[in-house]
This record gives sequence, structure tokens and C-alpha cells, in this order.
Amino acid sequence: MILGIDVGGTHTDAVLVENSILKKKVKVPTDNANILSSLLAAAQKIIADENMRNIKRIVLSTTVSTNAIIQNKIDRVAMVLLGGPGLNPATLNPGKDAFFMSGYINHRGVEIQTVNKDEIEQINQNLQRENIRQIGVVGKFSSRNPQQELRVAHILGNDQRQFSLGHRLSGRLNFPRRIATSYLNAAINSIYENFVYEVKKFVGKVAGDIPVYILKADGGTILIDQSLSCPVQTIHSGPAASIMGLLATAQIREDAVALDIGGTTTDISVFAAGDPLLEPNGITINGQKTLIRGLYTKSIGIGGDSSVRIENGNICIGPERMGPAVALGGEIPTPTDAMIVLDISALGSKQKAMDAIAPLAQKMNLDVVSAARSILDKMAAIIADSVKLVMEEINSKPVYTIHELLEGKTINPKKLYVVGGPSALAPDIAGLLGYPYKIPEHSEVANALGAALARTTTEITLLADTEKRELIISEEGTVMKIPGNFTLEDAISVGKTVLKERAAKHGADQNDMVMEVTEAQEFNMIRDFCKTGKNIRVKIQIKPGLISAIDSR
Amino acid sequence: MPKKEKTTGLIFFPAFDWAISETHPEREERLLYTQDQVLEEGLLDFDNIKEFKPGIATYADINRAHICVPDAQRLTTPSHLISAGGAITAAQKVLTGEVDNAFALVRPPGHHSMLVAHGARGFCNINIEAVMVEYIRHTFGIKRIAIVDTDCHHGDGTQDIYWNDPDVLCISLHQDGRTLYPGTGFVEDFGGPNALGATINIPLPPHTSDEGFLYVLDRVILPILDEFKPEIIINSAGQDNHYSDPITDMRFSAQGYALLNEKLAPDIAVLEGGYSIEKALPYINVGIILAMAGLDYSNVREPDYNAEQLRQSADITGIIEKEVQNIMNMWKRRSKLKAQITGAAHYIRRDKNIYYDTDNIMEKQKETVRVCSDCGGLVMIDSAADNGKKIFAVILPNQCCPQCRKDGEDFFGRVSNALYDHVYFQDREKDIFIVK
Ligand SMILES: [Zn+2]
Ligand SMILES: [Zn+2]
Ligand SMILES: [Zn+2]
Repeated sequence: MILGIDVGGTHTDAVLVENSILKKKVKVPTDNANILSSLLAAAQKIIADENMRNIKRIVLSTTVSTNAIIQNKIDRVAMVLLGGPGLNPATLNPGKDAFFMSGYINHRGVEIQTVNKDEIEQINQNLQRENIRQIGVVGKFSSRNPQQELRVAHILGNDQRQFSLGHRLSGRLNFPRRIATSYLNAAINSIYENFVYEVKKFVGKVAGDIPVYILKADGGTILIDQSLSCPVQTIHSGPAASIMGLLATAQIREDAVALDIGGTTTDISVFAAGDPLLEPNGITINGQKTLIRGLYTKSIGIGGDSSVRIENGNICIGPERMGPAVALGGEIPTPTDAMIVLDISALGSKQKAMDAIAPLAQKMNLDVVSAARSILDKMAAIIADSVKLVMEEINSKPVYTIHELLEGKTINPKKLYVVGGPSALAPDIAGLLGYPYKIPEHSEVANALGAALARTTTEITLLADTEKRELIISEEGTVMKIPGNFTLEDAISVGKTVLKERAAKHGADQNDMVMEVTEAQEFNMIRDFCKTGKNIRVKIQIKPGLISAIDSR
Repeated sequence: MPKKEKTTGLIFFPAFDWAISETHPEREERLLYTQDQVLEEGLLDFDNIKEFKPGIATYADINRAHICVPDAQRLTTPSHLISAGGAITAAQKVLTGEVDNAFALVRPPGHHSMLVAHGARGFCNINIEAVMVEYIRHTFGIKRIAIVDTDCHHGDGTQDIYWNDPDVLCISLHQDGRTLYPGTGFVEDFGGPNALGATINIPLPPHTSDEGFLYVLDRVILPILDEFKPEIIINSAGQDNHYSDPITDMRFSAQGYALLNEKLAPDIAVLEGGYSIEKALPYINVGIILAMAGLDYSNVREPDYNAEQLRQSADITGIIEKEVQNIMNMWKRRSKLKAQITGAAHYIRRDKNIYYDTDNIMEKQKETVRVCSDCGGLVMIDSAADNGKKIFAVILPNQCCPQCRKDGEDFFGRVSNALYDHVYFQDREKDIFIVK
């Protein structure tokens, strides 16, 4: 059996799953001031009369990292940056304790300027004086050659200090995002460490030595000990849990769109042949763009509790929420009131809902029921339009080869999955989109179920340069010599071996490692009409998905 | 000083799966490091920089700008259609107001492709700027356009296509033709009889540095643009003036390129040449993008940049100053030059030998233009290539006058197919293309 726990904004859900089948579920309210206590309460409750020996693993999806950032309960972080030429450093946003130093790496991973020991010593004294212990070290193109970041951290290292090195957190290019990622990682390091300590203490006490996993933003899991080096990956696991929950409850196999219609927002996610789409560059948290691998969601400001008003004869819904539906004690009419009027929802007081819609109906020159219908039609139209926009955006993503451009591969949704309170809108939205809909079962504990059944994911980025005779795997900090005749096939094979070891270390099941090569490019390097080497670029991942039914015993 | 930000469209198409031949400079790798730098600098995360997928140009788009022999289909591959399509996408985004300006970072380049195209020359099969310009005129009804060719090689193809067009100003600055391919583009080459001054050539001595480039920008290019008053400005943005370029001999820098683009403020920039793919292109392209978007580019520089070492000699400065005077004198006298050149002639003929270095074809061409005071003039071309192809083309200009139109239609009717493989009729005003 697997124990899955999802700490949501309002509820913390726990489920016990056996053979991919839900055995038991509990719900407790979430105390956002004390995530850990909510988590433990849910765990206590669900395992109350269970034989602990039947539980083979625990998977947690928590908002502990996200909340720390949103509530600004973070540590002071010093950022040591090796920027080189390019964008003016003033446009970067590395926080107030930023140190720009010399030394940089170019696009091929060649060290162009070495680091300066005197500068590092100065920074060292600064850190000492200010007593800053969380340190991010980020170099431009460090994912192409990690050695300068490693060197700086080595020189600055002492047992008081913790380092978040840019190249370890992502192999992708994007210096400003790498800075943000490293900063956030450093900022939540100690709060996360404390959380892990408490969780392990609890698990140790009640269940002994069973593996504990954490859900990451990309919808995959990682062993809790391994997550200590990259807590930033656990940010935004909420939306990930919700998407994995959909996978767990809806058996999505086709190109599809899913909607999670909540109180204030509607989250749109997209599946390609049943695989949830990842953000192409990384997720955005609190307005900060990062390199954190995460599942794609587009949040739009419309939900069951959005305020409804008439402006210039038009129905306007959202984006703000002014409290609950009038029928439930609020003051501003909402789509939920409209649903209550139409008997689509049985919540609250129907009379109050009628009274709330009446003034709007008057402005529209309609009776109350028709007005309610119009409001829901409008809401469905807004959501459907947003879905169309999302699909257009995804399908117009630039490509860089003639082959891909001519092939013009697109995602064409065949089904709409809808979860959340106002899922009664599903037929209307699906009608506007022109494809059928489905409302999955068990959706009230879907997130916990999704966490419980998510597989361990990971990714590596490999660069091989046969002119330099060097191979680099950023996420592992690997720098390796290669022969001049090294090929793309060799690179893929080395990459797969490294990925396999990495995945196993992160807790993946040896029998459940579906590796996918997401990028494999090979360029002849031509200098003065002669071939001088090959520049090989490979990305391999274990993509997000569910563990097999057998493994979920 | 904070600059005014602009919304800049980026059409990036590196064609990672296309090269002219295995070790040719126009190769898969060419924009690889540029892409790396653009991604690493996070340029695509700026709200005012938007990336777009290129469209694919149609054969009809190409037939507006070229007489392709035997036809557009056989002269192009998908790579050319996408490269021209990328330029067209840039124009669409700008002219529909979706962005303020746009940069088509596409390959292969096009500025050596001439009006009649028998094959590839100077790495170019079709002239992507000209295809774009004709698309702009056809779709958006824009009449006056300026193309500033900042590639190190003379933009001889673009010049040829617009030689007789008074509404398209072609300014090319380039390394002196006596020292570099294609060996043309001298100050005296000033446009056809009905379009004098609509072609401006600014050959620069080898080793010209930032100073020289910016001097001709300030003293020739900007003043002429001011007078010409184009509705849009296009930068045919080659990057082979860079001091590290392996096939040229100039000393322009990334900072220089960025400043040039800031001052020129092109509505559309289209990538042309540039083969220092590691040491120059990443920095130049980041510089140009930032400059176009009105962002700070002061920290963009090549790792080995050394202003002192690159400084041009006093001799060079002297040569450039004298040349600038020459050009501006001609420009001021441009309306008086016509009578001198045409005399009493009704038609003016130009004989050209064109070598297609990439495809190894030699073409002999007779171009005849009707001297006209009401339009760019009817153009007729008799062309024979040493691969055996012999064609005749009748070309009516944009805003064609009734007499040129009548003469042109008559000639097209009369020219016998017996003498030529194909006879073409290209009516740029009415967008008609006929082959017989
Ligand atoms: Zn030029
Ligand atoms: Zn060139
Ligand atoms: Zn005329």
C-alpha cells in the first residue's frame, strides 16, 4: 500500500492506495501557519487502525516551500554571480546581497576569464561580517561548464555555509532564471531541511524504515533525502498533484485539455497523448521566472466565486473574488449563485441567490432564470476562449529545423476533463470547444491520489564537444574526457547510463524507468572549411506519469 | 539615460538541419551559438521581446521579386521558402502593429540574388528582402521603402532588383569591391536612368572600424533617409563586417552594430551574412536585439574586444571623408544627372555578365529600360546562361505609367517563343506573372 498526502490550501487529504485502487481517504483542514501539523494530523488519522507494515512508501505533496516564499519566510541569501559580457547586470534581480565578480564561461563552455581569488576573499569577509549562510553561486553558461561555480563554492566553503549552485538545479540556458532558481533554493534551504527532519522523525516513530517521497513541480517524485539538495524543485507541487490526480482518476490516453475550476481561478492543463505537458522553460513563482521543471498550467482569473457585474450592458466576471456566493453568505453575486438559481447546484439559499441575480437580470432586461443562464454561458465562453488561446500558443511554439517546421506537429485535444466545484459547466464549455467532456470520479481526493501514484522523474542535459574532447552533464556536475570520434549515439548511451543511476538514486524503480530522449542534436563544427569536431547536445528524461499498478501494491 | 522601450518581434529560424555542403560556411552550426547566447541572456523573457514562428513563402511571393529560371519551384528548397517566409512574417508583425519592429534571424541569406536568377550566387538562391519588400507593397500598399545593406559584401542582388525603381532606396555599405566578392558597388553606381539616387553605394576601405561605419551612417545614410522619407526602413543586416569574420577584412564590433541599429532604427532587420559564428554572431545579435528593443546594450561586447587595437588609421579616415563628400555631392545633383545620362535616348541598355559562384553558372544579360519621366520605366531582359538556358523577361514597375504598360504588353505579345526557352511577364503593379 502507498500512503499519499496532499497539503492543499484549505484541506489536507490523505489516501491509502493498493494496486492503484483507492482503499481509504481522509480529509483534515489545513493550518497554513503550520503545514507540518496538518500533514501529521492527516497521516495520524488515516493510519489509525492500519497495519503499518502494509505501507510500502509514503508520498507527500506539500505547500511548505511555496508558502515559505509567498509568505516571505525565507533566509537571507547572498548571490555570487559570474556574469561576463551581455545584458547589463542592473537588469538582473538577484536580491540585495549580490556580489558580481570576474570570471566567465562562454557558450561552448570554454573558460574565457578565470575567477579572481582576491575578489572571492573580499566576498568571504563580507559574508562573514553579515553572517550570511545561504549562498547562491551562479555563472553565465555554468550549465555548459560547472567548474567556476564549483571553484567559487570550494573557496568560500565552510561548515556554516550552504551553497545552491546554478548548474545543479537545471541544465537549461537562461542566466536570469538560473539566478532566480538558485536564489529561491538557497532561501528555502533551511526551512525545508527542518521540515524534512520533522517528517522523518514522525515516520520513523510510527512506521520505521519506509521510504518517503516528495512530489515535485514536474509531477514526479523524489526521495525526501535527495530532495534536500534541491528543495526548490518541490515548489508548486500543488498544481502538479492536481494534474497527476487527473491522470490517476481519468485514464487520459489522448491529446486532451483539463480544467480545474476553483473559487477564484480556473487552471488549464494540457496532455499530449496522455502525457502532461511541461513548461518549456520553467515555472513562474510569485512573478519570478525560474528554471524549475514543472507541469504546464495556465491559470485564468475566473471561478465559481468570481464577482459578476454588468458593465455597459455586458456581463463581466472576475478576475477578482469578493467573498463567497450570496447564497452562501457573501455580498456580491457570483457564478455559483447563477448555478443555484438554475438548480445546477444545491448549495446555500436559493432565495438569496435569486435575490442576488435579480438586479443584474433587470439591467439585462431578462428574467432571473434567463439572466443566470446568460451568466453561465458567458463564463463558459470565457473559459473556452482561454482554452483556445492556450492551444494556439502551444501549437505556435517556434521550432528550429526545417523538418519540424514542415512536419508541423500539433496537439489536437480530443477530450475535455473537468474537475472542481462548477464542473457543471463542462457540457457548455465542451460544446463551445467542439469535443466531448468527462468528469472524473474521486476528484475530491484526486491530488493525494496523484501524489501517491506519481513516478520518480528526472532529467539530464548533456553537452559533448569533440573538439574540446569533453563531455558535461550539468545536473550531475559531470565533466568527462571523451575521444575525438565520440558520436551522438555514444552521447545518448552515456546519458542513459547516467540518467539511470541518477533516477535510482532519486528513488525510481529499476523496472519503471521509461527514458525519453527529448533532444538529440549533433553539429559539425566547421572552422576554415574544415571539420574540427562535433558539438553534441542531448537531453534525456524520465517523464512524468503514473507508476504501474503492480508497483502500487 | 533610460531609453524608450519598443516591442520587438524575433523570427528566429536557424535551420539546424540545412547546409549548402558539408564544410561550407553557410552551415547548420551557423546560428547555434547565437541561439545559445539569446537563450542564456534570457532575452525571450522580456515582455517587449516576442518570438514568432516563420511562415513559408509561396512561389507567388517569389515571382513578384524574381524571374526564376526555369521557375521558382526548381530554384528553391524548403529552406529558402522558410527563410523568405521568416522575413515576410517579420513584416506582417510590424505592419499589423503587433510589434514596433522585428528582426528576422533566418538563414540562408539572399542579398546576392538578382532579378533574374539562374541559380545560387554568394550563398543566395532568392533575395529574401526583395521577396519581403514586394510582399509589403502588394499586401500593405506601402510605396516608399528603404533598404540599408549593412552586410560587408555589396548587396548586388538587391541593387539589381531595384536598380530601376525610384521608390525603393537601396543603400549598401560594404568592403571596397576591389578587395572583396562580388567586386561591385562603387560610388558611381547610382541607379537606373529613372531612379538615379535610389541606389547609393558606400564602399569602405579594408580595416574600417566603428568610427568609419558610424561616420558614414551620420553623414550619408541618415541624411539621405531624411530626404527620401521612406515609409519603412529595412536593415539587410549582415554581420560579416566584424573584426573576427573569417572571410572579410573589416573591424566593426558588436557595440558598433548595436549603436548603428539604434541610430538607424530599422522597422525590420533581416539577417544576411556573417561567418564568425562563435566570436562575433552571439554578441552582435544580442546587441542588435537589445538595441531594437530599446534596452541597454552597453555591457554586450566580445570577450577579446580591444578598441585600441581595432582603431582605423588616419588614412582610412581620410579616404572615407572624401568619399562621403563625393556621394553627397552626387546625391544633391541627382535630379540633374538624368539629362546628362540619357541624352535623347528613349531606351537605355546595360550589358551584364553575371557569375553564379555557388552553382558555377555564367550568365550574359542585356537589360533595356525605357527612359520615362512618369514611372520607373518598362524593363526588358534578354538573358542567356552557359547551361543553355535562354530567356526573355518583360517587367512592368510598380505604379507603371500607361505608355510603359502599353509598350510592355506589346513587347510581351511580340517576343517569339522560338528564340527563348521561356518568356516571362512580371507586372509588379497588378501582381500578374505570366510565363510563355
Ligand atoms: Zn552591404
Ligand atoms: Zn556578406
Ligand atoms: Zn513609364
